[in-house]
Amino acid sequence: MTSSVSSATITLEVLRYRPGRDQAPAFQSFQVPYREDWVVLDALNYIKDQIDGSLSYRWSCRMGVCGSCGMMVNGTPRLSCAAFLKEYYPATVRVEPLEHFPIERDLVISLDDFMQKLPAVRPWIVRQDDRPLDAGEYRQTPAELDWYKQFSMCINCLLCYSACPVYELEPRFIGPAALALVARYNLDSRDQGREQRQEIAAGPDGVWDCTLVGECSTVCPKDVDPAGAIQRLKLSSALEWVKNVVLPWGRR
Amino acid sequence: MSPYYRPVRFDWWRKRRAYTLFVVRELTSVFIAGYAIVLLLLLRRLAEGREAYEAYLQWLATPGMMAFHIVALAAAVFHSLTWFSLAPRAMAVRIGERRLQPRTILWANYAAWAVVSAIAAWMVLRA
Ligand code: SF4
Ligand code: FES
Repeated sequence: MTSSVSSATITLEVLRYRPGRDQAPAFQSFQVPYREDWVVLDALNYIKDQIDGSLSYRWSCRMGVCGSCGMMVNGTPRLSCAAFLKEYYPATVRVEPLEHFPIERDLVISLDDFMQKLPAVRPWIVRQDDRPLDAGEYRQTPAELDWYKQFSMCINCLLCYSACPVYELEPRFIGPAALALVARYNLDSRDQGREQRQEIAAGPDGVWDCTLVGECSTVCPKDVDPAGAIQRLKLSSALEWVKNVVLPWGRR
Repeated sequence: MSPYYRPVRFDWWRKRRAYTLFVVRELTSVFIAGYAIVLLLLLRRLAEGREAYEAYLQWLATPGMMAFHIVALAAAVFHSLTWFSLAPRAMAVRIGERRLQPRTILWANYAAWAVVSAIAAWMVLRA
């Protein structure tokens, strides 16, 4: 009987860091079976199950939905459940934790910074006047939905932060995904919270930190186009400034 | 057990091709600033009188300055084209229920550019 599974293998170099034991992270090499339909996450699961159970990394859905499996794959931020080994085979695949974030352990990064920024932009529908329940739901036309839909597809995978050189040099920068959420809610016909978000979005760590390198949009697995969202926020903030400061009669 | 902070790389523009292109694009503004200085000096020489002005014009005709102008023009064109190609991402225009196509916005920008250039050319060349 012949086996249909080939005996080909591929090498994974994985950056490892064990807090309290290692001074600094270092690469460790693993040989894993090569399968056409395997993604990098499958290879990591193979390592964890068969070679070294101490390897740590985050994942959940395995289908590009949960946003927890982001890693640097050969220097590019990717969802490891969407990065196929065949894109790299037969070359070595280098896996590192997402750049620009502190490493907790192995491929696990600290999310603390983003978790503070996220609520700061008020990513929910803000109303000045909450309607009573019996007034029914806030309705929206398909065109109104379309106006912000792209920016609502974010899965908080943070690949965009790893692609952003501004965030590396200026970690206070609110950053691509959180600012895309500002656009997402500001553009929602049901929302009235633009003023409240403006303080953060147009503040010293907001949209004006962005120099439009554009890599956030290139690496985004959900086509959110955070760079586009930020440029739109810049334009609307600038127009508002012109209205309020340059043309005093434009103030409402 | 504290997390590990990877050192910040100050040569970040070498990490990815897209970063390098971005830096090149930003550097084109150096030539545009240089051109602005050349232009301001021209005004100054003009104010100083005919002799100074003509000497300046002669200096501008030297091969070095010709080369500078060609490079500055190329830099300005590169910067403008990349700038315009980004415009549709910053501008989303809605007319009634319909959203303008990115292509329409792009061409509207080019059209505005052409109009402004034509006015500038008319002002300069009409003499
Ligand atoms: S904007 Fe895109 S890359 Fe950034 S966190 Fe959201 S889904 Fe991920
Ligand atoms: S495991 Fe959920 S996005 Fe990859």
